[in-house]
Formats: sequence, structure tokens, C-alpha cells
Amino acid sequence: MNEDVMDFTMWQVAYAYIFIIIILVIFRFKKIPREKLLIISVLRMTIQLIIVGYILVYVLKNPHPLITVSIVFIMLGFAVFNVYQRTKATIKIDIKKIIALAMFVGISINLIFFMLVVLQLDPWYEPQYFIPLSGMIIGKTMTGVSLGVNNLLNGMKGQKEKIEGALMLGASPKVASKSIINEAYDQAMLPTINAMVGMGIIFLPGMMTGQIIAGQSPITAVKYQLSVMLGVAGTVSITVLIFLHLAYKVFFNERQQFILTKRDISKDNLPVKYE
Amino acid sequence: MFQLDNVQVKNVFTIKSLLLKEPVISIEGQSGSGKSTLLRLLNNLDDPAAGIIKLNSRNITELPACELRRKVVMAPQNPVMFDGSIRENLYMGLRLSGQQAASDEALKEMLDRLRLEKSLDININDLSGGEKQRIALGRVLLMKQANVLLLDEPTSELDNKTTDHVLSQFLTIARKHEQQVIMVTHDKHVSEKFADNVINMDTYSGQHGGE
Repeated sequence: MNEDVMDFTMWQVAYAYIFIIIILVIFRFKKIPREKLLIISVLRMTIQLIIVGYILVYVLKNPHPLITVSIVFIMLGFAVFNVYQRTKATIKIDIKKIIALAMFVGISINLIFFMLVVLQLDPWYEPQYFIPLSGMIIGKTMTGVSLGVNNLLNGMKGQKEKIEGALMLGASPKVASKSIINEAYDQAMLPTINAMVGMGIIFLPGMMTGQIIAGQSPITAVKYQLSVMLGVAGTVSITVLIFLHLAYKVFFNERQQFILTKRDISKDNLPVKYE
Repeated sequence: MFQLDNVQVKNVFTIKSLLLKEPVISIEGQSGSGKSTLLRLLNNLDDPAAGIIKLNSRNITELPACELRRKVVMAPQNPVMFDGSIRENLYMGLRLSGQQAASDEALKEMLDRLRLEKSLDININDLSGGEKQRIALGRVLLMKQANVLLLDEPTSELDNKTTDHVLSQFLTIARKHEQQVIMVTHDKHVSEKFADNVINMDTYSGQHGGE
């Protein structure tokens, strides 16, 4: 560890919790019913970070490919589960499978390229780099995919007439859904693009800040930050694209009928229920 | 030419046998008699509970869905408009079905025939309901590759005078392109004046239906 790094005691960390007490007082004063949520969030964060801190201490001391890969897969699993939870509408099992597949394929391909070609890690499973950088990429991709899922579902439900109107004129399901797919992709990419635009002017990114605090040269920190952001942008883009180009098909049957407007004539002549 | 055999929509209608062969067919019936549902079946948007629908002697389930809808295009009761100008909305049918876009001249001629004195560049949201309905009619009429045009209440938002003009222009062009027109209407006057055959869906209502 760099000797110039300022020592940081547990007491100092404890002082930071005063901010939470201030927020709780404001909540009470303003009668905002979010106290329980805030306390649970803070507790979860504290416990999760302490556990992960100790795990990382062990993993960094005992580097092993199986451990590194397992941790990345666990992170990926939690990310997939988180996307399910973040989706406001009920999602069909088909969509859930596609979310998992897209995240697994998109993230794996990009992580392999990023670790082996961009960072050229030696050994390739070096946990000091592999785990935190994978975490960043997986986290940002999770946000992008969540936005993609929500926008696709909302678009399909909100623009039923337009989609069916396009089918009536002979459009294929892909063509009929094109504007919704593009809009969902656009919305999913927006946070990443905004982050790239604001980076360095509006804010210093977390990783770069961390490296500078840890005593690293700002130029080295910038190099890492640039590579990671490009990796994030590529991963979000590819993962969301894979998801959207598979998921729109769930809304159509093999006769290319749009299931959100198709009438279940054999039963009650009402639209088929989606959820 | 469509042929329906024992086509059933539960609690709505049963059509034992029906041949749709005339160039202009009007479909009438009370609300809930299944007029729009019949058009949706012909456009392959829904499947019947039972029965077979044939187009030129081929079961429509054997035809690729997209190909069928490019031959049998439909304009729904509430005209669907896409973001953009009149121009984009007029040639949207051609674009969506993978055809070449029409020239501005052809689009302007279509507007004239539909009695719409508007610039092609006007935003579609600036049009009234009746004007949008005519744009939707022009859109399907530009799709010359289609053999059958399905129209669901195509003149519900037009006055009598405009209805007569627009429909006579529409049917003249459709005849020229040798396209069959099957339209749902509640307007007896439209059926009497323009249709070669009138089908009353009330005669097919219920589980037993009619011939």
C-alpha cells in the first residue's frame, strides 16, 4: 500500500454515519415515510461491504482462477436477479431467460476481451484487477439492461395499435417493433453516454477518485478510467442489443400475430392475457 | 378470393360456408356481431376457434404470415398514424412491406383524389380525424401489390358528400389495380351504393350460424 495514503480509522468511518442521522431527522421533521427503507439500505450496504472487504482480502492473498471466475459469476447472477426485481411490470419467463442469456453472453465476451486484450492481465485471473473491474462493468450493464427491459415492455404495451397497424400492412414483427427497439436501446445507453460526456468536467469518476486517493498518479488513473468506460459502453451496448433483438420476438407467435392484441377467440373473444 | 368453411368464433359467430368473390363486399351487422373480428381473421391477426379460411384455394395458415398480409392489407377502424409528415404516413405501407417508396407526384395525386388539399410536409398530428382516415385509405391504396383491401369502417368520420367522393375514387383505383375490397360498414347507404354483395353478420350469430 502507498505510504502517502492517509490513515482512516473505524471511528472516522463511524462519523460518516452522522449524515444518515441527519437524513433521518429530516425525514421525521418532514414526515417522509422512508426511515425504514433508509435504515435497511444503510445496514445492507454496511454488512455487504464489510463481508466483501474480508472476502477480497482473502482472495487477493490467495489468487486462483476458479475463485476469480466464481466470484464474477456470482456477481453476474445477482445482477440478473436485480434486473428482474427492477422491472416494474411482471415479466414472462421467456423474457427472464433472455435477460439472463443476454447478460451472460454480452458480459462474458466483453470481459474476456477487456481483461485479455485491453488490460493484458498476467496471470489472466489476477483478482486485484479482474474482480473490481468486472464488478464495475457488470453493475453498469445491469442498469442499462434494466432500462432496456422497462422501455421495451412499456413500448410494446403503450404502442400496441401502432405495432398491429404495421403488421396489417405487411410488416414483419421485426420491422413493426423497430421504433420501440431503437427507443429502448437509446434509453438504455443514455446514462452511459451522459456519464462519458460529464466525466472530468462535472464529476470525477469513482474509480479515478479512488486511485488518486490511494496515491496513484492521476494520469494512470485516467488511463484506467478511459479503458473501463469504453469497456462499459461496449458491454452495455452489446448486452442490450442482444436482449432487445431476442426479446421482441416473445411478443409475437409463430403466425406473426401480436400477442398483446390477439384475441383468444376459442375462449371469450378477449385479448390474450400477457402476464 | 376468400373461402370460409365452418369458421367459428365462440359466442360470436359460426360461418358454415361463405365465399367472398365479388369485387366490392360490404359487411354489416349489429355491434358485437363479429364484423371487425372477421376482418382480423382474414388478415391473420387472430385465429378462429375452429374452421378453415382459404385464400385462392390455399389454407391461410399454410401461407407465410407476412406474405399473406402483403396480399391482404387492412386499414383498422381507428386509423393508425405514425410520427412524421403526411408524406411519411402515406408511403408507410409501402415501406413497412418492403416496397419502393412512391414519388411525391404519386402521393400528391392520391391526396387530390381523396380531396385533401394539404402539403405533404404537414405533420400528421395537425390533421383532423376525418383527414387521418383518408390518409389511412390512401396508404393502403398505394400498395398496388395487394390483392385484397380490408377496410374497417373506412368512412365513419366523413360526411355523406365526402364519403361518396372518397369511396368512389377509392373503388375506381382498386378496380383498376384489380383489387378486391372487403369493408365493414354500418352505413346502409354505402353498402347500397358501392357494394356488389352485402354480408349481414347477424345471420351467422351464435353457435349454429348460417349458410
